[in-house]
Amino acid sequence: MPITYTSGEQVEVYRFSLPVTIGVPLVALIIQAYIPKYVPGFAVYVDLPLLVTIFFAMARRNPIAGLFTGAIIGLAQDMLGHNLIGIYGIAKTVVGYGASSLGVKLDLENAGARLLVTLGFYLVHSAVYFTVARALVNMTQHWSWPHGILAGLVNGLIGVLLYFLLDRFKQRT
Amino acid sequence: MESVLGRYRNLIILVGVLFLQVLGLAVQVKTGAEKETRLIRLWTVGMITPFERGLVWVQSSAGNLWHNYFYLRGVRAENRELKEQIEQMRLEQVRLTEDATQAHRLQMLLAFKEQFVSKTVAAQVIGTSGSDLSRIVYIDKGENAGIKPDMAVITADGVVGKVLLAGTNEARVLLISDQTSGVGAILEKSRLQGVLRGTANGEIVLERVMSDEQVQPGETVLTSGGDQIFPKGLRVGTVTNVANGKDLFLNITIKPAANLGKLEEVLVLTEKQEREAVAEDNGRVRAADILAQRLPSVPDKPAGDPNAAGTADGVAKPATGTGTANATPKPSGTGANPPAGAIKSTAAPSPPNAKVTPKTAPPSTPTAATQKPKPVNSASTETKPPTRAETSTDPSIVEQKPAPPATQPEPPPQDNSPQ
Repeated sequence: MPITYTSGEQVEVYRFSLPVTIGVPLVALIIQAYIPKYVPGFAVYVDLPLLVTIFFAMARRNPIAGLFTGAIIGLAQDMLGHNLIGIYGIAKTVVGYGASSLGVKLDLENAGARLLVTLGFYLVHSAVYFTVARALVNMTQHWSWPHGILAGLVNGLIGVLLYFLLDRFKQRT
Repeated sequence: MESVLGRYRNLIILVGVLFLQVLGLAVQVKTGAEKETRLIRLWTVGMITPFERGLVWVQSSAGNLWHNYFYLRGVRAENRELKEQIEQMRLEQVRLTEDATQAHRLQMLLAFKEQFVSKTVAAQVIGTSGSDLSRIVYIDKGENAGIKPDMAVITADGVVGKVLLAGTNEARVLLISDQTSGVGAILEKSRLQGVLRGTANGEIVLERVMSDEQVQPGETVLTSGGDQIFPKGLRVGTVTNVANGKDLFLNITIKPAANLGKLEEVLVLTEKQEREAVAEDNGRVRAADILAQRLPSVPDKPAGDPNAAGTADGVAKPATGTGTANATPKPSGTGANPPAGAIKSTAAPSPPNAKVTPKTAPPSTPTAATQKPKPVNSASTETKPPTRAETSTDPSIVEQKPAPPATQPEPPPQDNSPQ
Protein backbone atom coordinates (compact mmCIF):
# COMPACT_ATOMS: atom_id res chain seq x y z
CA MET A 1 0.00 0.00 0.00
CA PRO A 2 1.82 3.07 -1.13
CA ILE A 3 -0.46 5.58 0.53
CA THR A 4 -2.89 4.29 3.09
CA TYR A 5 -5.59 6.31 4.72
CA THR A 6 -5.72 5.23 8.32
CA SER A 7 -6.94 6.58 11.59
CA GLY A 8 -4.48 8.23 13.91
CA GLU A 9 -4.52 5.24 16.25
CA GLN A 10 -3.53 2.80 13.52
CA VAL A 11 -0.53 4.77 12.33
CA GLU A 12 2.65 3.96 14.18
CA VAL A 13 4.42 6.84 15.88
CA TYR A 14 8.19 6.71 16.21
CA ARG A 15 10.68 8.49 18.34
CA PHE A 16 14.42 8.96 18.12
CA SER A 17 17.24 8.99 20.61
CA LEU A 18 18.83 12.32 21.53
CA PRO A 19 22.10 11.66 19.63
CA VAL A 20 20.13 10.87 16.48
CA THR A 21 17.84 13.88 16.96
CA ILE A 22 20.82 16.21 17.18
CA GLY A 23 23.39 14.30 15.14
CA VAL A 24 21.44 13.60 11.95
CA PRO A 25 20.47 17.23 11.26
CA LEU A 26 24.00 18.31 12.15
CA VAL A 27 25.54 15.79 9.77
CA ALA A 28 23.09 16.87 7.07
CA LEU A 29 24.13 20.50 7.53
CA ILE A 30 27.83 19.59 7.45
CA ILE A 31 27.47 17.50 4.28
CA GLN A 32 25.35 20.19 2.67
CA ALA A 33 28.10 22.71 3.36
CA TYR A 34 31.01 20.42 2.47
CA ILE A 35 30.00 18.68 -0.77
CA PRO A 36 29.51 21.87 -2.86
CA LYS A 37 33.22 22.55 -2.38
CA TYR A 38 33.82 19.70 -4.84
CA VAL A 39 30.47 19.42 -6.62
CA PRO A 40 29.15 22.94 -7.21
CA GLY A 41 25.79 21.73 -8.54
CA PHE A 42 25.03 19.86 -5.33
CA ALA A 43 23.67 22.94 -3.55
CA VAL A 44 21.53 23.79 -6.59
CA TYR A 45 19.68 20.46 -6.70
CA VAL A 46 19.96 18.87 -3.28
CA ASP A 47 18.71 20.08 0.07
CA LEU A 48 19.66 17.50 2.68
CA PRO A 49 18.36 19.50 5.67
CA LEU A 50 14.96 19.57 3.96
CA LEU A 51 14.99 15.80 3.53
CA VAL A 52 15.89 15.33 7.19
CA THR A 53 13.09 17.71 8.18
CA ILE A 54 10.56 15.75 6.14
CA PHE A 55 11.78 12.43 7.53
CA PHE A 56 11.61 13.43 11.18
CA ALA A 57 8.29 15.18 10.74
CA MET A 58 6.67 12.19 9.00
CA ALA A 59 8.08 9.67 11.47
CA ARG A 60 7.08 11.53 14.63
CA ARG A 61 3.63 12.43 13.26
CA ASN A 62 3.41 15.33 15.69
CA PRO A 63 2.77 18.70 14.01
CA ILE A 64 4.27 20.73 16.85
CA ALA A 65 7.45 18.64 16.93
CA GLY A 66 7.55 18.78 13.13
CA LEU A 67 7.28 22.54 12.91
CA PHE A 68 9.91 23.08 15.59
CA THR A 69 12.25 20.59 13.90
CA GLY A 70 11.81 22.46 10.63
CA ALA A 71 12.26 25.84 12.28
CA ILE A 72 15.49 24.88 14.05
CA ILE A 73 17.04 23.18 11.00
CA GLY A 74 15.97 26.04 8.74
CA LEU A 75 17.34 28.71 11.05
CA ALA A 76 20.64 26.85 11.32
CA GLN A 77 20.79 26.73 7.53
CA ASP A 78 20.10 30.46 7.40
CA MET A 79 22.96 31.12 9.76
CA LEU A 80 25.43 29.35 7.50
CA GLY A 81 24.57 31.67 4.64
CA HIS A 82 24.72 35.42 4.59
CA ASN A 83 21.10 36.18 3.78
CA LEU A 84 18.66 37.30 6.42
CA ILE A 85 18.01 34.74 9.14
CA GLY A 86 14.53 33.32 8.95
CA ILE A 87 13.87 32.72 5.26
CA TYR A 88 14.82 29.04 5.34
CA GLY A 89 13.39 28.93 8.86
CA ILE A 90 9.92 29.94 7.68
CA ALA A 91 10.02 27.62 4.67
CA LYS A 92 11.09 24.60 6.70
CA THR A 93 8.65 25.38 9.49
CA VAL A 94 5.82 25.13 6.97
CA VAL A 95 7.25 21.91 5.52
CA GLY A 96 7.76 20.38 8.97
CA TYR A 97 4.20 21.17 9.94
CA GLY A 98 2.81 19.93 6.65
CA ALA A 99 4.82 16.70 6.62
CA SER A 100 3.88 15.78 10.17
CA SER A 101 0.23 16.65 9.56
CA LEU A 102 0.31 14.42 6.51
CA GLY A 103 2.07 11.72 8.50
CA VAL A 104 -0.78 11.72 11.02
CA LYS A 105 -3.25 10.83 8.28
CA LEU A 106 -1.16 8.73 5.89
CA ASP A 107 1.23 5.86 6.33
CA LEU A 108 4.14 6.63 4.06
CA GLU A 109 6.48 3.66 4.08
CA ASN A 110 6.52 2.94 0.38
CA ALA A 111 9.36 4.21 -1.79
CA GLY A 112 7.02 5.61 -4.45
CA ALA A 113 4.93 7.46 -1.90
CA ARG A 114 8.03 8.86 -0.29
CA LEU A 115 9.30 10.07 -3.67
CA LEU A 116 6.04 11.86 -4.45
CA VAL A 117 5.78 13.39 -0.99
CA THR A 118 9.36 14.64 -1.13
CA LEU A 119 8.81 16.12 -4.59
CA GLY A 120 5.68 17.86 -3.34
CA PHE A 121 7.29 19.24 -0.22
CA TYR A 122 10.33 20.41 -2.18
CA LEU A 123 8.03 22.49 -4.36
CA VAL A 124 6.19 23.80 -1.29
CA HIS A 125 9.52 24.70 0.29
CA SER A 126 10.69 26.49 -2.85
CA ALA A 127 7.41 28.35 -3.18
CA VAL A 128 7.47 29.56 0.43
CA TYR A 129 11.13 30.56 0.13
CA PHE A 130 10.44 32.39 -3.13
CA THR A 131 7.47 34.23 -1.65
CA VAL A 132 9.22 35.27 1.54
CA ALA A 133 12.41 36.29 -0.27
CA ARG A 134 10.59 38.39 -2.82
CA ALA A 135 7.73 39.78 -0.82
CA LEU A 136 9.31 40.36 2.58
CA VAL A 137 13.01 40.77 1.90
CA ASN A 138 12.97 42.10 -1.66
CA MET A 139 15.57 39.62 -2.89
CA THR A 140 15.88 39.01 -6.61
CA GLN A 141 14.49 35.54 -7.27
CA HIS A 142 13.44 33.72 -10.41
CA TRP A 143 10.91 30.94 -10.41
CA SER A 144 11.51 28.08 -12.80
CA TRP A 145 9.15 25.11 -13.03
CA PRO A 146 11.60 22.84 -14.90
CA HIS A 147 14.30 23.50 -12.36
CA GLY A 148 11.88 23.03 -9.48
CA ILE A 149 10.56 19.71 -10.75
CA LEU A 150 13.99 18.40 -11.67
CA ALA A 151 15.43 19.37 -8.30
CA GLY A 152 12.36 17.92 -6.61
CA LEU A 153 12.89 14.59 -8.36
CA VAL A 154 16.58 14.54 -7.49
CA ASN A 155 15.71 15.26 -3.87
CA GLY A 156 13.02 12.61 -4.01
CA LEU A 157 15.43 9.94 -5.22
CA ILE A 158 18.07 10.86 -2.67
CA GLY A 159 15.35 11.12 -0.04
CA VAL A 160 14.10 7.58 -0.69
CA LEU A 161 17.58 6.19 -0.11
CA LEU A 162 18.15 8.42 2.90
CA TYR A 163 14.81 7.53 4.50
CA PHE A 164 15.56 3.82 4.29
CA LEU A 165 18.91 4.49 5.93
CA LEU A 166 17.36 6.60 8.67
CA ASP A 167 14.58 4.05 9.25
CA ARG A 168 17.17 2.07 11.23
CA PHE A 169 17.22 4.75 13.90
CA LYS A 170 13.47 4.65 14.46
CA GLN A 171 12.29 3.53 17.87
CA ARG A 172 8.72 2.45 18.51
CA THR A 173 6.93 4.43 21.18
CA MET B 1 -12.92 29.23 24.39
CA GLU B 2 -10.66 26.50 25.73
CA SER B 3 -12.06 24.00 23.29
CA VAL B 4 -11.31 26.34 20.40
CA LEU B 5 -7.74 26.81 21.61
CA GLY B 6 -7.35 23.07 22.07
CA ARG B 7 -8.81 22.30 18.69
CA TYR B 8 -6.60 24.74 16.82
CA ARG B 9 -3.60 24.42 19.10
CA ASN B 10 -1.24 23.19 16.37
CA LEU B 11 -2.31 25.87 13.96
CA ILE B 12 -1.96 28.60 16.57
CA ILE B 13 1.57 27.47 17.42
CA LEU B 14 2.45 27.35 13.73
CA VAL B 15 1.20 30.89 13.21
CA GLY B 16 3.04 32.02 16.33
CA VAL B 17 6.36 30.50 15.20
CA LEU B 18 5.96 31.95 11.72
CA PHE B 19 5.04 35.33 13.17
CA LEU B 20 8.17 35.36 15.33
CA GLN B 21 10.37 34.57 12.36
CA VAL B 22 8.73 37.24 10.22
CA LEU B 23 9.27 39.68 13.07
CA GLY B 24 12.91 38.68 13.19
CA LEU B 25 13.21 39.25 9.46
CA ALA B 26 11.65 42.68 9.79
CA VAL B 27 14.09 43.63 12.53
CA GLN B 28 17.02 42.49 10.38
CA VAL B 29 15.77 44.38 7.34
CA LYS B 30 15.45 47.54 9.42
CA THR B 31 18.72 47.37 11.32
CA GLY B 32 21.05 45.44 9.03
CA ALA B 33 21.46 41.71 9.17
CA GLU B 34 25.21 41.46 9.64
CA LYS B 35 25.37 43.84 12.57
CA GLU B 36 22.54 42.26 14.52
CA THR B 37 23.27 38.64 13.82
CA ARG B 38 27.06 38.59 13.87
CA LEU B 39 27.43 36.62 17.11
CA ILE B 40 24.78 34.04 16.40
CA ARG B 41 26.26 33.38 12.97
CA LEU B 42 29.73 33.01 14.46
CA TRP B 43 28.41 30.45 16.96
CA THR B 44 26.80 28.39 14.23
CA VAL B 45 29.88 28.57 12.06
CA GLY B 46 32.03 27.68 15.06
CA MET B 47 29.90 24.58 15.56
CA ILE B 48 30.09 23.42 11.94
CA THR B 49 33.61 24.33 10.86
CA PRO B 50 35.56 22.01 13.20
CA PHE B 51 33.91 19.05 11.48
CA GLU B 52 34.60 20.48 8.06
CA ARG B 53 38.17 21.20 9.05
CA GLY B 54 38.50 17.58 10.10
CA LEU B 55 37.05 16.35 6.82
CA VAL B 56 39.43 18.55 4.85
CA TRP B 57 42.36 17.29 6.91
CA VAL B 58 41.46 13.65 6.37
CA GLN B 59 40.94 14.19 2.66
CA SER B 60 44.15 16.16 2.14
CA SER B 61 46.18 13.69 4.21
CA ALA B 62 44.91 10.77 2.18
CA GLY B 63 45.54 12.69 -1.04
CA ASN B 64 49.06 13.65 0.01
CA LEU B 65 49.86 10.08 0.98
CA TRP B 66 48.72 8.82 -2.39
CA HIS B 67 50.26 11.51 -4.56
CA ASN B 68 53.53 11.93 -2.65
CA TYR B 69 54.37 8.31 -1.89
CA PHE B 70 52.58 6.06 -4.34
CA TYR B 71 51.39 7.79 -7.47
CA LEU B 72 54.66 9.24 -8.79
CA ARG B 73 54.31 8.22 -12.43
CA GLY B 74 55.55 10.86 -14.82
CA VAL B 75 57.15 12.99 -12.14
CA ARG B 76 60.56 13.01 -13.83
CA ALA B 77 59.11 14.13 -17.14
CA GLU B 78 57.04 16.74 -15.39
CA ASN B 79 60.10 17.96 -13.53
CA ARG B 80 61.99 18.33 -16.79
CA GLU B 81 59.12 20.26 -18.34
CA LEU B 82 58.87 22.52 -15.33
CA LYS B 83 62.58 23.30 -15.49
CA GLU B 84 62.23 24.29 -19.11
CA GLN B 85 59.25 26.38 -18.17
CA ILE B 86 61.27 28.12 -15.47
CA GLU B 87 63.94 29.01 -17.99
CA GLN B 88 61.35 30.50 -20.31
CA MET B 89 59.76 32.39 -17.47
CA ARG B 90 63.11 33.84 -16.46
CA LEU B 91 63.52 35.27 -19.91
CA GLU B 92 59.99 36.60 -19.77
CA GLN B 93 60.67 38.08 -16.36
CA VAL B 94 63.56 40.10 -17.75
CA ARG B 95 61.30 41.60 -20.38
CA LEU B 96 58.52 42.32 -17.92
CA THR B 97 60.94 43.90 -15.49
CA GLU B 98 61.91 46.37 -18.14
CA ASP B 99 58.26 47.14 -18.87
CA ALA B 100 57.51 47.59 -15.19
CA THR B 101 60.45 49.90 -14.74
CA GLN B 102 59.25 52.02 -17.59
CA ALA B 103 55.74 52.08 -16.19
CA HIS B 104 57.01 53.13 -12.78
CA ARG B 105 59.00 55.92 -14.35
CA LEU B 106 55.96 57.20 -16.21
CA GLN B 107 53.79 56.90 -13.11
CA MET B 108 56.34 58.88 -11.15
CA LEU B 109 56.24 61.62 -13.76
CA LEU B 110 52.49 61.81 -13.33
CA ALA B 111 52.67 61.46 -9.53
CA PHE B 112 50.34 58.49 -9.60
CA LYS B 113 49.51 56.64 -6.47
CA GLU B 114 50.09 52.92 -6.60
CA GLN B 115 48.64 50.18 -4.50
CA PHE B 116 50.91 47.31 -3.66
CA VAL B 117 49.92 44.02 -2.23
CA SER B 118 52.40 43.84 0.57
CA LYS B 119 51.14 40.93 2.64
CA THR B 120 48.92 37.94 2.02
CA VAL B 121 47.75 35.03 4.12
CA ALA B 122 47.17 31.66 2.49
CA ALA B 123 44.03 29.89 3.61
CA GLN B 124 42.22 26.71 2.76
CA VAL B 125 38.55 26.57 1.82
CA ILE B 126 36.81 24.26 4.26
CA GLY B 127 33.18 24.63 3.35
CA THR B 128 30.36 26.54 1.74
CA SER B 129 27.00 27.91 2.79
CA GLY B 130 25.36 24.86 1.25
CA SER B 131 22.86 27.02 -0.60
CA ASP B 132 22.89 28.31 -4.14
CA LEU B 133 21.17 31.46 -2.92
CA SER B 134 24.04 32.42 -0.69
CA ARG B 135 27.34 32.12 -2.51
CA ILE B 136 29.88 32.14 0.26
CA VAL B 137 32.74 29.89 1.33
CA TYR B 138 34.45 29.37 4.64
CA ILE B 139 38.21 29.49 5.05
CA ASP B 140 40.30 28.06 7.84
CA LYS B 141 41.96 31.31 8.91
CA GLY B 142 40.41 34.09 10.94
CA GLU B 143 41.26 36.96 13.23
CA ASN B 144 44.18 35.05 14.71
CA ALA B 145 45.85 35.18 11.28
CA GLY B 146 45.15 38.88 10.89
CA ILE B 147 42.07 38.50 8.71
CA LYS B 148 39.44 41.18 8.98
CA PRO B 149 36.17 41.96 7.17
CA ASP B 150 36.42 43.61 3.75
CA MET B 151 39.80 42.12 2.91
CA ALA B 152 40.20 40.95 -0.67
CA VAL B 153 40.47 37.22 -1.38
CA ILE B 154 42.20 36.03 -4.54
CA THR B 155 43.84 33.02 -6.14
CA ALA B 156 46.66 32.88 -8.63
CA ASP B 157 44.03 32.84 -11.38
CA GLY B 158 42.00 35.83 -10.29
CA VAL B 159 39.72 37.52 -7.82
CA VAL B 160 37.55 35.34 -5.58
CA GLY B 161 35.69 37.69 -3.26
CA LYS B 162 35.99 39.54 0.00
CA VAL B 163 35.92 38.61 3.67
CA LEU B 164 32.47 39.14 5.06
CA LEU B 165 32.88 38.02 8.62
CA ALA B 166 35.97 36.89 10.52
CA GLY B 167 35.80 34.53 13.45
CA THR B 168 38.70 33.51 15.63
CA ASN B 169 39.93 30.71 13.40
CA GLU B 170 37.65 30.88 10.40
CA ALA B 171 36.24 33.50 8.09
CA ARG B 172 33.31 33.82 5.75
CA VAL B 173 34.12 34.91 2.20
CA LEU B 174 31.50 36.43 -0.08
CA LEU B 175 32.16 35.28 -3.64
CA ILE B 176 31.99 37.74 -6.51
CA SER B 177 29.21 35.59 -7.99
CA ASP B 178 26.85 36.41 -5.12
CA GLN B 179 23.96 38.76 -5.75
CA THR B 180 25.03 41.12 -3.00
CA SER B 181 28.64 41.46 -4.07
CA GLY B 182 30.02 44.37 -6.07
CA VAL B 183 33.48 44.78 -7.54
CA GLY B 184 34.80 47.82 -9.36
CA ALA B 185 36.05 46.52 -12.70
CA ILE B 186 37.65 47.78 -15.87
CA LEU B 187 37.91 46.22 -19.31
CA GLU B 188 41.54 45.70 -20.22
CA LYS B 189 41.51 46.96 -23.82
CA SER B 190 38.62 49.39 -24.04
CA ARG B 191 39.28 50.75 -20.50
CA LEU B 192 35.55 50.94 -19.84
CA GLN B 193 34.66 50.84 -16.19
CA GLY B 194 31.71 49.16 -14.56
CA VAL B 195 30.52 47.24 -11.54
CA LEU B 196 30.61 43.46 -11.35
CA ARG B 197 27.64 41.80 -9.73
CA GLY B 198 26.42 38.26 -9.27
CA THR B 199 22.99 37.16 -10.40
CA ALA B 200 20.42 34.84 -8.90
CA ASN B 201 21.54 32.00 -11.17
CA GLY B 202 25.20 32.38 -10.27
CA GLU B 203 26.39 34.30 -13.31
CA ILE B 204 28.56 37.40 -13.08
CA VAL B 205 27.59 40.49 -15.04
CA LEU B 206 29.33 43.78 -15.62
CA GLU B 207 26.89 46.60 -15.07
CA ARG B 208 26.95 50.31 -15.85
CA VAL B 209 28.56 50.13 -19.27
CA MET B 210 26.64 52.25 -21.76
CA SER B 211 25.06 50.44 -24.69
CA ASP B 212 26.79 52.62 -27.27
CA GLU B 213 30.21 51.29 -26.21
CA GLN B 214 31.95 48.54 -28.10
CA VAL B 215 32.77 45.50 -26.01
CA GLN B 216 34.03 42.30 -27.58
CA PRO B 217 33.65 38.80 -26.12
CA GLY B 218 36.98 37.48 -24.94
CA GLU B 219 38.16 40.77 -23.52
CA THR B 220 39.81 40.53 -20.12
CA VAL B 221 38.24 42.18 -17.10
CA LEU B 222 40.46 43.56 -14.34
CA THR B 223 39.78 45.20 -11.02
CA SER B 224 39.67 48.98 -11.22
CA GLY B 225 40.58 49.64 -7.60
CA GLY B 226 37.61 51.94 -7.24
CA ASP B 227 35.95 49.83 -4.56
CA GLN B 228 38.86 50.32 -2.13
CA ILE B 229 38.91 46.58 -1.49
CA PHE B 230 40.65 45.06 -4.47
CA PRO B 231 43.92 46.61 -5.68
CA LYS B 232 43.88 47.77 -9.25
CA GLY B 233 44.83 45.38 -12.02
CA LEU B 234 43.88 42.00 -10.57
CA ARG B 235 42.40 39.65 -13.12
CA VAL B 236 38.68 39.05 -12.67
CA GLY B 237 37.64 37.14 -15.78
CA THR B 238 36.80 37.38 -19.45
CA VAL B 239 33.77 38.66 -21.29
CA THR B 240 31.68 35.78 -22.64
CA ASN B 241 28.55 37.50 -23.87
CA VAL B 242 27.46 41.04 -24.64
CA ALA B 243 23.82 41.96 -25.04
CA ASN B 244 21.68 45.03 -24.77
CA GLY B 245 20.27 45.37 -21.29
CA LYS B 246 17.74 47.72 -19.81
CA ASP B 247 18.12 51.46 -19.22
CA LEU B 248 20.66 52.05 -21.99
CA PHE B 249 23.24 49.79 -20.40
CA LEU B 250 24.90 46.72 -21.82
CA ASN B 251 24.39 43.34 -20.24
CA ILE B 252 27.91 41.90 -20.18
CA THR B 253 28.35 38.39 -18.88
CA ILE B 254 31.70 37.50 -17.39
CA LYS B 255 33.35 34.14 -16.90
CA PRO B 256 35.40 34.37 -13.71
CA ALA B 257 39.11 33.69 -14.02
CA ALA B 258 39.19 31.81 -10.72
CA ASN B 259 37.23 28.58 -10.57
CA LEU B 260 34.71 29.69 -7.97
CA GLY B 261 33.00 26.33 -7.95
CA LYS B 262 36.07 24.39 -6.88
CA LEU B 263 38.14 26.60 -4.65
CA GLU B 264 40.72 24.92 -2.48
CA GLU B 265 43.42 27.39 -1.52
CA VAL B 266 43.05 31.15 -1.55
CA LEU B 267 45.11 34.18 -0.58
CA VAL B 268 43.72 36.90 1.65
CA LEU B 269 45.27 40.32 1.08
CA THR B 270 45.85 41.38 4.64
CA GLU B 271 47.95 44.40 3.86
CA LYS B 272 48.25 46.74 0.93
CA GLN B 273 50.24 49.89 0.71
CA GLU B 274 49.53 53.00 -1.22
CA ARG B 275 52.49 55.09 -2.23
CA GLU B 276 53.73 57.16 -5.06
CA ALA B 277 55.51 55.35 -7.83
CA VAL B 278 59.26 55.25 -7.46
CA ALA B 279 61.25 54.88 -10.62
CA GLU B 280 64.73 53.54 -10.66
CA ASP B 281 67.44 55.80 -11.89
CA ASN B 282 68.16 53.88 -15.04
CA GLY B 283 67.28 56.48 -17.57
CA ARG B 284 70.87 57.31 -18.31
CA VAL B 285 72.04 53.98 -19.59
CA ARG B 286 74.31 54.56 -22.50
CA ALA B 287 74.59 52.39 -25.54
CA ALA B 288 78.22 51.81 -24.65
CA ASP B 289 77.14 50.44 -21.30
CA ILE B 290 74.69 48.07 -22.90
CA LEU B 291 77.31 46.96 -25.37
CA ALA B 292 79.81 46.48 -22.62
CA GLN B 293 77.36 44.40 -20.71
CA ARG B 294 76.79 42.14 -23.64
CA LEU B 295 80.40 41.69 -24.49
CA PRO B 296 82.54 39.44 -22.40
CA SER B 297 85.35 41.14 -20.57
CA VAL B 298 88.34 40.31 -18.46
CA PRO B 299 87.43 40.29 -14.84
CA ASP B 300 89.56 41.63 -12.08
CA LYS B 301 91.69 39.11 -10.40
CA PRO B 302 89.98 37.76 -7.39
CA ALA B 303 91.46 39.01 -4.19
CA GLY B 304 93.55 36.77 -2.06
CA ASP B 305 90.86 36.54 0.55
CA PRO B 306 89.04 33.26 -0.06
CA ASN B 307 85.93 34.72 1.54
CA ALA B 308 85.55 36.96 -1.45
CA ALA B 309 85.21 34.10 -3.89
CA GLY B 310 81.47 34.13 -3.93
CA THR B 311 81.28 37.67 -5.25
CA ALA B 312 82.93 37.15 -8.59
CA ASP B 313 79.81 37.02 -10.67
CA GLY B 314 79.01 40.57 -9.85
CA VAL B 315 75.53 39.96 -8.61
CA ALA B 316 74.95 39.96 -4.96
CA LYS B 317 74.19 36.44 -4.01
CA PRO B 318 71.70 35.12 -1.59
CA ALA B 319 73.15 33.69 1.54
CA THR B 320 72.72 30.20 0.17
CA GLY B 321 75.11 30.87 -2.65
CA THR B 322 72.69 29.71 -5.29
CA GLY B 323 72.19 33.07 -6.93
CA THR B 324 71.98 33.34 -10.67
CA ALA B 325 72.87 36.06 -13.11
CA ASN B 326 69.34 37.33 -13.08
CA ALA B 327 68.84 37.15 -9.37
CA THR B 328 67.76 40.17 -7.47
CA PRO B 329 70.57 41.47 -5.32
CA LYS B 330 69.85 41.07 -1.68
CA PRO B 331 71.20 43.34 0.99
CA SER B 332 72.14 40.33 3.01
CA GLY B 333 74.42 39.00 0.31
CA THR B 334 77.99 38.33 1.04
CA GLY B 335 79.40 40.61 -1.60
CA ALA B 336 76.98 43.40 -2.05
CA ASN B 337 79.27 45.96 -3.64
CA PRO B 338 81.77 44.25 -5.86
CA PRO B 339 84.10 45.97 -8.28
CA ALA B 340 82.57 46.93 -11.56
CA GLY B 341 85.06 44.91 -13.50
CA ALA B 342 84.05 41.86 -11.64
CA ILE B 343 80.44 42.58 -12.42
CA LYS B 344 81.09 42.26 -16.10
CA SER B 345 82.90 39.01 -15.75
CA THR B 346 79.72 36.98 -15.98
CA ALA B 347 80.18 34.84 -19.05
CA ALA B 348 76.53 34.54 -19.96
CA PRO B 349 75.54 37.70 -21.77
CA SER B 350 72.43 38.96 -20.09
CA PRO B 351 70.13 41.74 -21.19
CA PRO B 352 70.98 45.12 -19.83
CA ASN B 353 68.14 45.23 -17.39
CA ALA B 354 68.48 41.78 -16.11
CA LYS B 355 69.48 42.94 -12.68
CA VAL B 356 66.59 44.34 -10.73
CA THR B 357 67.53 47.02 -8.31
CA PRO B 358 65.68 47.19 -5.04
CA LYS B 359 63.38 50.14 -4.71
CA THR B 360 65.01 51.06 -1.45
CA ALA B 361 68.25 52.08 -3.12
CA PRO B 362 69.48 55.36 -1.72
CA PRO B 363 69.41 58.34 -4.04
CA SER B 364 73.10 58.98 -3.63
CA THR B 365 74.10 55.84 -5.45
CA PRO B 366 74.84 57.48 -8.80
CA THR B 367 77.74 59.31 -7.23
CA ALA B 368 79.11 56.05 -6.04
CA ALA B 369 79.44 54.98 -9.63
CA THR B 370 82.44 57.19 -10.07
CA GLN B 371 84.29 55.69 -7.18
CA LYS B 372 87.11 53.34 -7.73
CA PRO B 373 86.38 49.69 -7.35
CA LYS B 374 86.66 48.59 -3.81
CA PRO B 375 88.65 45.59 -2.79
CA VAL B 376 86.48 42.53 -2.74
CA ASN B 377 87.25 41.62 0.81
CA SER B 378 86.05 45.00 1.98
CA ALA B 379 82.83 44.50 0.06
CA SER B 380 81.91 41.59 2.22
CA THR B 381 81.17 43.92 5.08
CA GLU B 382 79.08 46.21 2.91
CA THR B 383 75.40 45.48 3.22
CA LYS B 384 74.19 48.03 0.68
CA PRO B 385 73.18 46.36 -2.58
CA PRO B 386 74.63 47.64 -5.84
CA THR B 387 72.29 49.82 -7.79
CA ARG B 388 71.98 49.84 -11.53
CA ALA B 389 73.61 53.24 -11.65
CA GLU B 390 76.63 51.81 -9.96
CA THR B 391 76.96 48.96 -12.34
CA SER B 392 76.16 50.68 -15.57
CA THR B 393 78.00 53.99 -15.38
CA ASP B 394 81.29 52.90 -14.01
CA PRO B 395 83.96 54.02 -16.48
CA SER B 396 85.95 50.87 -15.88
CA ILE B 397 83.33 48.93 -17.76
CA VAL B 398 83.89 50.52 -21.10
CA GLU B 399 87.62 50.77 -20.64
CA GLN B 400 88.06 47.08 -20.31
CA LYS B 401 88.97 45.20 -23.40
CA PRO B 402 86.56 42.55 -24.49
CA ALA B 403 87.98 39.11 -24.18
CA PRO B 404 86.70 35.90 -25.66
CA PRO B 405 84.81 33.73 -23.24
CA ALA B 406 87.39 30.99 -23.53
CA THR B 407 90.01 33.19 -21.92
CA GLN B 408 88.01 33.83 -18.85
CA PRO B 409 89.58 32.43 -15.77
CA GLU B 410 87.88 29.62 -13.99
CA PRO B 411 85.82 30.86 -11.11
CA PRO B 412 86.94 29.95 -7.65
CA PRO B 413 85.76 26.56 -6.57
CA GLN B 414 83.40 27.99 -3.96
CA ASP B 415 81.51 29.90 -6.61
CA ASN B 416 78.64 27.77 -7.77
CA SER B 417 76.84 30.42 -9.72
CA PRO B 418 75.99 29.63 -13.36
CA GLN B 419 78.69 30.61 -15.82
